[in-house]
Amino acid sequence: MTTIGIPREAAAGQRLVAGTPATVGRLRALGYDVLVERGAGERASYADDAYAESGARLVEADDAWGADVVTCVDAPPDDRVASLRDGAVLVTMLAPAARPERVEALRARSVTALALDAVPRISRAQSLDVLSTLSNVAGYRAVVEAAQAYGGMFGGQVTAAGKTAPAKVFVIGAGVAGLAAIGAADSLGAEVRAFDVRPEVAEQIESMGAQFVRAPAAQQQVSADGYASALSDDQERATAEVYARESAAADVVITTALVRGTAPTTITAEMVAAMRPGSVVVDLAASGGGNCEATVPGETVVTANGVTVVGWTDLAGRLPRHTSQLFGTNVVHLLELLTPAKDGVLVLDLEDPVQRGMTVTHAGSTLWPPPAVAVSAAPAAAAAPAGPSADELAERRRAEEARAASRRKVRDALLVVAAVALTLAVAAAPGAFVGHLTVFVLAVFVGYYVISNVTHALHTPLMAQTNAISGIILVGALLQIGSDDWLVTLLACVAATLASINVFGGFLVANRMIRMFRRDA
Amino acid sequence: MTLTGFAQAVYVLAAVLFVLSLAGLSRQESARRGNLLGMVGMALALAATVALALDTSQRPAAVTGALIAVVLLIGLAVGVWRARSVEMTQMPELIAILHSFVGAAAVLVGYGSYLTEPGADTVHLVEVFLGVLIGAVTFTGSVVAYLKLSARISSAPLTLPARNLLNLAMLVVSALLMVWFLASASVVPLLLMTLVALALGWHLVASIGGGDMPVVVSMLNSYSGWAAAAAGFMLGNDLLIVTGALVGASGAILSYLMCRAMNRSFVSVILGGFGAAEGTAASGGDVTGEHREVSAEDVAAMLRDARSVVITPGYGMAVAKAQYPVAQLVARLREGGTQVRFGVHPVAGRLPGHMNVLLAEAKVPYDIVLEMDEINDDLASTDVVLVIGANDTVNPAALEDPGSPIAGMPVLRVWEARQVVVFKRSMATGYAGVQNPLFFRENTAMLFGDAREQTERIVAAL
Repeated sequence: MTTIGIPREAAAGQRLVAGTPATVGRLRALGYDVLVERGAGERASYADDAYAESGARLVEADDAWGADVVTCVDAPPDDRVASLRDGAVLVTMLAPAARPERVEALRARSVTALALDAVPRISRAQSLDVLSTLSNVAGYRAVVEAAQAYGGMFGGQVTAAGKTAPAKVFVIGAGVAGLAAIGAADSLGAEVRAFDVRPEVAEQIESMGAQFVRAPAAQQQVSADGYASALSDDQERATAEVYARESAAADVVITTALVRGTAPTTITAEMVAAMRPGSVVVDLAASGGGNCEATVPGETVVTANGVTVVGWTDLAGRLPRHTSQLFGTNVVHLLELLTPAKDGVLVLDLEDPVQRGMTVTHAGSTLWPPPAVAVSAAPAAAAAPAGPSADELAERRRAEEARAASRRKVRDALLVVAAVALTLAVAAAPGAFVGHLTVFVLAVFVGYYVISNVTHALHTPLMAQTNAISGIILVGALLQIGSDDWLVTLLACVAATLASINVFGGFLVANRMIRMFRRDA
Repeated sequence: MTLTGFAQAVYVLAAVLFVLSLAGLSRQESARRGNLLGMVGMALALAATVALALDTSQRPAAVTGALIAVVLLIGLAVGVWRARSVEMTQMPELIAILHSFVGAAAVLVGYGSYLTEPGADTVHLVEVFLGVLIGAVTFTGSVVAYLKLSARISSAPLTLPARNLLNLAMLVVSALLMVWFLASASVVPLLLMTLVALALGWHLVASIGGGDMPVVVSMLNSYSGWAAAAAGFMLGNDLLIVTGALVGASGAILSYLMCRAMNRSFVSVILGGFGAAEGTAASGGDVTGEHREVSAEDVAAMLRDARSVVITPGYGMAVAKAQYPVAQLVARLREGGTQVRFGVHPVAGRLPGHMNVLLAEAKVPYDIVLEMDEINDDLASTDVVLVIGANDTVNPAALEDPGSPIAGMPVLRVWEARQVVVFKRSMATGYAGVQNPLFFRENTAMLFGDAREQTERIVAAL
């Protein structure tokens, strides 16, 4: 039976674990035997007993590392690479581009290494993208850190002792982390503004409850892989102006610009100096050196003018319980993909762009970097150039309007002709008919206004009721029954029977339906 | 004061009561009173009519009275039996067959009126002719609608070659027959026209697909009103005219609302053929992707964590009779403090307001059942949306893909919610034959299987 090993993370400060009791259960459902190192979940508050209850076998470190499939959060240290079984499958975050020597070591052991941080950014791979998971948690935690460092309340308060204004939060970058930060800050009651160089994310920013800072000169088009690309000099200047203006007005700045592991500078030392004392900067890009010039990665510092700059690099790890749960679920999704038959047999399909993109080494050869994957992150922009230009569209719309106008003219002319014809016809008709016609026309209008008020929910009872009422034709039939012509009487009897079914059935069924509608008690 | 004068006065009263009755139906709170007022109006009108019929009877009053009593008793028995036994999911069929009765009655009354007044003037002949025409079209149209709704015949549209020309030709023939009828006042053109009109009604509805039935049923509702009004003209009876006009206007408005909810013109619905095989190849074939499947237990877990839930039911819920477990689910979630609401698209189901009746039957309070426009802006802040048996009414292609056959149709923007769960039998397309990109969204999960069983499993897992 194929075994999956979940070892305790090697780094002392790493609180996460690659599997939780809940995800262990799902891995077992795929047909795997799960080996969990004793104490693996301890720092994320998952007790060994809980793992055992969900069916894992508790083992020592060497057994966990020696499993057929090993999954962990951080890439294993060199001594642990040595304890991997030959031909084992390793599922972890590898940073293959940054650490070629590690890739080489894995290849030498003919390990199949799947990099969780190299998932192609396509829609269907979203469920196994741990970077999204970690960014999401980090964005949330950034707001919590900011709230702790900030000396005020995020939500505005109105109390008997006076009122306080809500905190002003400015978020730079509307990726997964930025959007999570916007949502968290908004739900604490802060006034959130956000900026991104990609103008198409405005809708997402606004849907999370923030106001999108518009600066056309600073914003660019979307890049093909869904990441923001480098800026031109003009754009650079314009964005710097936006950052300077917004950060000076904000109580909290959360900056999340991390493009493929590197962090461009967004908040310069001068901008920090221009911020009010007591303000907070949280730098989510600290691991890449920081977006803020005042950031010290891994530390929280207070500048000379009293601005707190938070540079933690382990924001996601500061919420170990949920981060581990989400990370573990990403791993489960990957194994679901790799176990098509759910029989505990791992099948790697290198034709699948998702699996191919993650595979760094396999069967003794290095497969990194993978071929480029067509990305679906920007379908709208990709389709636009193929479509008609704005001029063509305007032209088309004009033609459309002209056609509609001429149609309207024809229709108006026809209406006038019809009205005249009708008037002449009525004028020629006998007096009794005109009386009936008057009643008819007025009744149509009364019906129109009365029915327009009926709520949609009652349209079915309305139809039953109108059905019953249109059974009024029964009146006509009843009056004909007394005729001395037996044929007429027969016809009238049949008509009256049908119409009376309508009357009784319609009213009763409408009544039955109406009685069902009840208010929430 | 003559009896006729007295009857006329009662008719005026009945007409007023009918108007008030329909006005009462505008809100749930006053709907029962509206229903009652209609019954009172009808009782008054019938009482006056019976008195008048006995008074003017050309036969011994006892014979006439006995006949009237018999027909009313038959009507009462059948009507009560149907009204009691009908299931709410079968309501569209019942409504359709009731329309056909009005149509048939209008035809018979038309013939009766023609026979009792030989040598009448042109105006009366026109009235008879039109009354029979409308009645006959209503009759067969409703019968076909009934057969389609009760699945006794296939609900796929019948697409004869040149079907629009065929309809036009039948109308032209009817017009020519009217000229003949007016000139000769003979029964032959009337009979011929009746046959043509019966065929016209049949073909008209046969060429319209099952999903357009809300429009068709409300259109037939309208026709049955016009048929009654035409009978009123024939008989010179203002009560029939007023009532017919009310019902006619009512059905017309409902048809209009339905068409607007589908972003289609009334004419295009009536001309039919929508949803036929030719439509499926037109567009939407290029929307593919991978969907994510979940189990009922996963959905239960999502619901447990959700603070706000919106359920958007469709015809599939009615087919699976899932409204009872859904109501149970709602009650369970609400006990736990979750905000649960329903979003009903105007054309969900096979009858205007069909979903509302089904939910009311399952004892879902009507104040949490909202219309599309009321719920749409709240969907973005909703945690979980359950799409139960709906497809085209939640299709983002309607707003995003100008080439889609349903482009421009207002839809429930469920994809804005944090998580969408679609209950579906399989990955087949909806009525419009359009693939639904919703299924391939990242925040959409598919729950396959019978909606009723799956909902019951979710309730059990909660």
